Amino acid sequence: MAQEKLYGVMAEFDRAEQLIEAVKQVRSHGFKKLDAYTPYPIEELQHALGHEKSLLPRLVLLGGIVGGVGGFLLQYWSSAIAYPLNIGGRPLNSWPAFIPVTFECTILVAAVTAVLGMLALNGLPMPHHPVFNVRRFALASRNRYFLCIEARDPKFDAAKTAAFLWSLNPTHVAEVEV
Amino acid sequence: MADGSASVTPAAPTPLIAPGHTTASVTDKIASVVLQRTPRWFYPAFGAAFLLLMLFLYAVTVLLVRGTGVWGLNVPVAWGFAIINFVWWIGIGHAGTLISAILLLLRQEWRTSINRFAEAMTLFAVACAGLFPILHLGRPWLMYWLFPYPNTMSLWPQFRSPLVWDVFAVSTYALVSLMFWYVGLIPDLATLRDRSRHWFARTFYGVMAMGWRGSSAHWHNYEKAYILLAGLATPLVISVHSVVSFDFAVGVIPGWHATIFPPYFVAGAIFAGFAMVVTLAIPLRAVFGLHDFITARHLRNMAKIMLATGLIVAYGYVMELFFAWYSGNPFEQFMVINRITGPYRTAWFALILCNVLVTQLLWFPKVRRSVIGMWIVAMFINVGMWLERFIIVVTSLHRDFLPSSWGMYSGTFWDWAVLIGSIGLFLSLMFLFIRFLPMISIFEIRTILPKRSRGEVS
Repeated sequence: MAQEKLYGVMAEFDRAEQLIEAVKQVRSHGFKKLDAYTPYPIEELQHALGHEKSLLPRLVLLGGIVGGVGGFLLQYWSSAIAYPLNIGGRPLNSWPAFIPVTFECTILVAAVTAVLGMLALNGLPMPHHPVFNVRRFALASRNRYFLCIEARDPKFDAAKTAAFLWSLNPTHVAEVEV
Repeated sequence: MADGSASVTPAAPTPLIAPGHTTASVTDKIASVVLQRTPRWFYPAFGAAFLLLMLFLYAVTVLLVRGTGVWGLNVPVAWGFAIINFVWWIGIGHAGTLISAILLLLRQEWRTSINRFAEAMTLFAVACAGLFPILHLGRPWLMYWLFPYPNTMSLWPQFRSPLVWDVFAVSTYALVSLMFWYVGLIPDLATLRDRSRHWFARTFYGVMAMGWRGSSAHWHNYEKAYILLAGLATPLVISVHSVVSFDFAVGVIPGWHATIFPPYFVAGAIFAGFAMVVTLAIPLRAVFGLHDFITARHLRNMAKIMLATGLIVAYGYVMELFFAWYSGNPFEQFMVINRITGPYRTAWFALILCNVLVTQLLWFPKVRRSVIGMWIVAMFINVGMWLERFIIVVTSLHRDFLPSSWGMYSGTFWDWAVLIGSIGLFLSLMFLFIRFLPMISIFEIRTILPKRSRGEVS
């Protein structure tokens, strides 16, 4: 049962255009569990893979709101409730003076959300991943383009999928061990 | 151009990246700077910076042991070098975020070659800047009192004070710059992990890259995060120097209490920051042979930004004179006359020479094309921006309203030691950065290569 030990089958391409074409072919053949690995972000590839809209912008908006409201409340509470200073009868809730810190807190929490949210949505840090078992995969961070059909795809069959990937004119096809 | 066939398109700009590069050659070239053996020149260069860093530590130790009395501070000039250096460094620290965030949003593709080390420069400049107000506190070990936290004294920071705004602005800026820089580094750290042969380097870069594998789904979120960070950093960078200027503008001291301060400070910060980027970029590209990536066009564009922001700064100087005259306020008028003809007039004239007169040389294409010429102009601006903060801090404070409380100020040996030592801290961090991390964003250069072949970028 070699198939149980496989993460998937991976094809390597020389050029980004070949990869994008291959992704379209693979998707039109009904494969669903696949991912492409490239040395730089490629917009057409993301369209071809049909990624859903990223959740990140909404998370960041939420982070910004939390930061802004939290920052203001912190100042309101400490200046008007916890430690009120009556200076010539001026209002304790002097909100115009609270704007700079409210603004900085908004940016800070939104930015932290953007970074941590990106890492969380991507499942990073992940020290190891099966794709690294393919020796030539090191080139994914240089100049090669990889396409992996994963074993959890219902249509997956190690031999047939590999043969199908060979038909897409890759330079290499390799089985990805778990 | 070199083949002699008369060029029919004379307007064709110098390319952003020298022709003939592929994703592979770009990767290998930039990564090799980090992965090669340490070049011989590195040791004396780093050693010199490290000596200055030791001077810094020594001067700070003397300060901590003997107190702020070792500095030239006294009433009426209680701000002195510490605040001058703080504003100078934080100004330098503005170019990185400007280049990475604002120029990214404006789709200025040329930023790609310089954004990484400009961001590093920002980070290190902000680190230097942040130290000065802390050292200036008198009891620096109590600096955590600046932050709002429940304490046994039942005290809270005074949130109506620009000095507290400053704490929030500078610490937010430092953190956001760090995150922006690190996020930008992740794919390149993965590249270094895959390229390096030594087990230690592989482990180090592997841990830092957090298992980045260039998955398309990851790039999708990554690009969103990067552009969102850029969008957040853009108003932040404007806010930071505005808040720094509030430290002055909210006070009632003549020469400080002006509405022009925030934009004038922000322009000055960009001016100073680009000058420092040019100061560092020119030697770096010569030493590492990076002329293919940091081309004459990059230097020219930076020269133009320096010229534009320099003109805004000059406009600020003119407006200061105008406000003093137009306000009809005798204290403001005295302040201006004292600046130009008083005991600090040499510094004022040197400031005008550095920031206004020398900068005008950048109008000449000949100067913008000359590497040495650009570097000299940038050095003048570095000095000029320090003088600007010196003039603002010292001339306003030393003769304010009451002649009975007038005084003179000058830095002592320890003031200068901390200033020069902080340059050592900055350069040491910079040297470590160029030795251990890719100083040009590899993946972003890879990204613009196919755009160039499609003719979207020249």
